[in-house]
Amino acid sequence: MKINVNGERHDVSATALDAILDELGYGGAKVATAVNETFVPAPLRAQTTLTEGDRLEIVAPRQGG
Amino acid sequence: MVAFYETEVRSRLMLGTAQYPSPAVLEQAFRRSGAGIATVSVRREAGQDRAGAAFWDLVAQLGVHVLPNTAGCYSVREAVTTAHMARELFDTKWIKLEVIGHADTLQPDPFGLVEAARILTEDGFEVFPYTTEDLVLAERLLEVGCKVLMPWGAPIGTGLGLTNIYGLRTLRAQFPDIPMVVDAGLGLPSQAAQAMEMGFDSVLLNTAVAKAGDPAAMAEGFARAVEAGRLAFEADPMSPRDMAAPSTPLIGKAFLE
Repeated sequence: MKINVNGERHDVSATALDAILDELGYGGAKVATAVNETFVPAPLRAQTTLTEGDRLEIVAPRQGG
Repeated sequence: MVAFYETEVRSRLMLGTAQYPSPAVLEQAFRRSGAGIATVSVRREAGQDRAGAAFWDLVAQLGVHVLPNTAGCYSVREAVTTAHMARELFDTKWIKLEVIGHADTLQPDPFGLVEAARILTEDGFEVFPYTTEDLVLAERLLEVGCKVLMPWGAPIGTGLGLTNIYGLRTLRAQFPDIPMVVDAGLGLPSQAAQAMEMGFDSVLLNTAVAKAGDPAAMAEGFARAVEAGRLAFEADPMSPRDMAAPSTPLIGKAFLE
């Protein structure tokens, strides 16, 4: 299915958020996620499924002021 | 010692982590600043990238408290979601809440700020709101549960210093028991000293250090200014006057033609 990841279209075969992260190469990375602008805590990733056209944001620690 | 939400911090200087020429310079600047709090952010991470982990390792070895921000957020929803992602990544209840209302000045949106502060406080966050010197806004932020205020000195990144002395002085006087941090707009150590002399509890800066020719030296300059300003405030400064008053006693002066 096609979803939007950090503003870019991606074709993924997994549907659960934790599996999608693995498929996209984030396995074990220190990241936080939001689906359709709503935060998804790490413990809920396995039970969170995405559908066609969903928007996924994946963020990590960065420099800030 | 200064405390925010009952957490004591070793220094009254807070320092941002953005815009340094290199991670090594960032580290040197922090060492020489003695800063007790570092501001950080969350940003998009590419799949194979592990930039987040590398930055996190660098911050962890600085031995400072981490204050994540919601920089660049223009809506309440965006700020709240960003705050939640930051809490998970940095494992802290602290959030420097920015809800921006105007792109050219990065002035806070006061209505969105209060609403986001209310939601986040109810969610268990300890909110450090990036605000203006507006008294009514300050009162609303305190009403929804903020226990710290972070009024701007000037717009972010301008280096203009304290552009509304009267407003800041009034804010300080109105809420004498609320920890207040002058956040943003400082360009020189003298401006930080001025804020501290006025009784602000702390200052937060980033660009002034990161964009200096020698960030580490500038960091130390700010550290000394913050300390000097605080000492002056605690020492109860003299009142200024218009006419001269001789400091050397007149009594006993020799009469010489």
